[in-house]
Amino acid sequence: MIRRGYLTGPVLGALWMVVLSVTVAVCMSFATGDPFRPGILLSLAWGALAGGAMVFAGGVKLVQIGIAVLVAVLGLAGIGPMLSGSDAGLAARLFGAVALAAAFAMSLAPILDEVVPGVLTRHEFEGAVIRFLTGFGYIFFTAIVLIPFYVMVMTSLKNQSELMQNPLDFSVDVGRGAELFRSYNELFTQFNFGTYLLNSFFISVLTVFITLVFAIPGAYAIARLRFRGQAAFSRSILLIYMVPMIVLALPIYIAFSMTGLRNSFWGIVMIYPVTTIPVALYMLQGYFRGLPGEVEEAGLMDGLSRLAVIWKITLPLSLPALASVSLYVFMIAWNEFLLAFMLLDDPAKFTLTRGIAALNSSEIPRQHLMAGSVIATVPIMALFLGLERFMTKGLTAGSVKG
Amino acid sequence: MAELRPPVGTGPLAKREARLAWGLLFPTLAAVAMVVILPLLAIFWISFKPVELGDLRAPEVVLREDIRGDAAAVGDIPTIRYRLRNSSQEQPITGVTMSDIIPEGLVVLELDERCVQSGRALDCDLGDWAPGTRETLTIPVEVEKAYLDNGLRPQDSPATTTGTSSNVLTNSTFTLDNFARIFNGDEFMEVLWVTLFYTVFGTIGALLVGLFAALLLNKSFKGQGILRGLYLFPYVAPVIAVAFAWLILFDPFSGSANALLIQMGVTQQAINFFGERPLALIMVTVFEIWRYFPLSFLFILARMQSIDGDMYEAADMDGASPFQQFWYLSVPQLLGILSVLFLLRFIWTFNKFDDIFLLTGGNAGTRTLTVNVYEQAFAISNIGAGAAVAVVIFGCLLTFSIFFLKYISQEEGL
Repeated sequence: MIRRGYLTGPVLGALWMVVLSVTVAVCMSFATGDPFRPGILLSLAWGALAGGAMVFAGGVKLVQIGIAVLVAVLGLAGIGPMLSGSDAGLAARLFGAVALAAAFAMSLAPILDEVVPGVLTRHEFEGAVIRFLTGFGYIFFTAIVLIPFYVMVMTSLKNQSELMQNPLDFSVDVGRGAELFRSYNELFTQFNFGTYLLNSFFISVLTVFITLVFAIPGAYAIARLRFRGQAAFSRSILLIYMVPMIVLALPIYIAFSMTGLRNSFWGIVMIYPVTTIPVALYMLQGYFRGLPGEVEEAGLMDGLSRLAVIWKITLPLSLPALASVSLYVFMIAWNEFLLAFMLLDDPAKFTLTRGIAALNSSEIPRQHLMAGSVIATVPIMALFLGLERFMTKGLTAGSVKG
Repeated sequence: MAELRPPVGTGPLAKREARLAWGLLFPTLAAVAMVVILPLLAIFWISFKPVELGDLRAPEVVLREDIRGDAAAVGDIPTIRYRLRNSSQEQPITGVTMSDIIPEGLVVLELDERCVQSGRALDCDLGDWAPGTRETLTIPVEVEKAYLDNGLRPQDSPATTTGTSSNVLTNSTFTLDNFARIFNGDEFMEVLWVTLFYTVFGTIGALLVGLFAALLLNKSFKGQGILRGLYLFPYVAPVIAVAFAWLILFDPFSGSANALLIQMGVTQQAINFFGERPLALIMVTVFEIWRYFPLSFLFILARMQSIDGDMYEAADMDGASPFQQFWYLSVPQLLGILSVLFLLRFIWTFNKFDDIFLLTGGNAGTRTLTVNVYEQAFAISNIGAGAAVAVVIFGCLLTFSIFFLKYISQEEGL
């Protein structure tokens, strides 16, 4: 029943219009703070009409332009798919209506590309549905990923009273210049965030280093050397990293309290690598297994010892894997929160995550909290984007720790 | 000539190799034993102990020393006063002693019968103390000229105390109270139900959303790399940063999400997303899905890209529609990775602590087993009960793991 062009077109058109009008309304609200909202019923009606027109016209350019103009005019007249409050600025309304109209007209044509008024084949029908879902998917995922980060960055640039007045108004006054970054400035000057940043950095780097020192020989032994219990070992690594941190954190807290390791930099440096060694071991042994054994055997024949083979042949060959593992371990150590929260009380020794947790109080304004979050997020994001290829590989290489 | 025979047993080379392997593994084993095995044993031990947060500090003798009365001229008779108490209200201390040096120029007039003086040294044997005992020793002394001259006061030589107390962590008191307490009543059932809801829906949701995202990006186009990087953001960012961003976004008073919903007419009043039952539980589950879909997305995408494209061409020729291709070709190929991901994510979601702790602190009906460990141990200060919950968690995990190992041996890949 639904597989008829005169039905498919309007239905997909109506749904697509709803998707777009919600998207544009949210975008415009977040960008300007003015009240924009989608009119669901109007969207359905206009979208259905446009979809029908598109199907019957069969992709004529003129119809596309006509739809665009019509949607824009309706929008400005106040009966379009997106409604705006009376206090919205004219420029914003104009921009919103035109953007919605253009986006709709331009994207509907490819969605309804093969749809003809009569009966559709399964191929044509499902193709159209898939194109609609694809479009929806891109918008949906981009929105859910970006909105929290957008809110984080923008909140850090505003002040409390502005935020209370209109929680939707994320526009920032660029004219304020350096004043915009006041909360960052205060975090670094009054809240010691410079120290936290350094602490986090050193702890993470040391963690990576120590983890590799332990994991490389272990992974090599499991991957290459034959000994009794080898199979059981590669199994139990995974098991170990399934033990929840909170279960271990309790006795570790008690032991650290009793030995005075709590509240110390070295206590954290001791404990972090142990949480990452199993992951690193697992990732590395998978990689070592994939390396050709003949090269190493040739080295052994030529008189190198096993350790020399590891140092001169295996490690140089596995540099990409080492990079992935290092990045991944760095990320775990940088983002670690639970142990830092439980084991550190002295503000001079905080890591970034612990520092942010300390900002979560009613006396400290929210933009400080968000500025702290941005400070913690930006370095790891920059590292990640710069080395995305390694990261993706590293993550799929056998680590699914969350 | 000796008879030629294949070697039997392990030869010297194999032995050497095994030795080397154990040598290489030893540091890792030692570290893991220290930080995983020992704490696990400790947890079992503590779960049978009546330990409170305060008991972590062993009871000790607290002592204050001062001098009362005039001591400004020769012949004055002030008293040296020692005030002592047992720091613990629950634990006794046995064999308490105190020793101090009386400064030169003070002559002891009268001595408590429990004390002996030899030269300038004063030793007191105070016997066994019940919990919360307080003692005051007063020693009247007469001031001589030497005291005024050398300016040493009684407080300048710190008095030392000794005493033995049994530490509740190491003594032989055991109890089942911790388990009785946590299994008691409806609370445990609710915690279990919340954990189950969170784990099952969080896992399935993240898998489905990840599958959808992977389907979107399983074609090459310009910007695919950028989108792939972008979709990993939630997983890569520090949990504390994104959790607070969510809290601010969904704040009931000044959150943008509420403002948006009110403006769109979806709701009349602000919704307290993280403070109401059952909405809070749904929200933390949604957060879990949001934060971990990138992981399943990455794995599913990697698997998809290794599927041979010829198969789809053949199916196309035979007239299979896109949905049929997905259902009859892609899904069977992805089933392996999906089930492995499901098992792994299930266990890790079950273990998750930070997310819920940061978002709601376990309030408003979001207390899972892991949050309960923290709640019992630190909020109620009952370390023993916290350990008991941890033991329950460990028991669940052991069950999962046995199942998991049985299953995963059939799945290659992970």
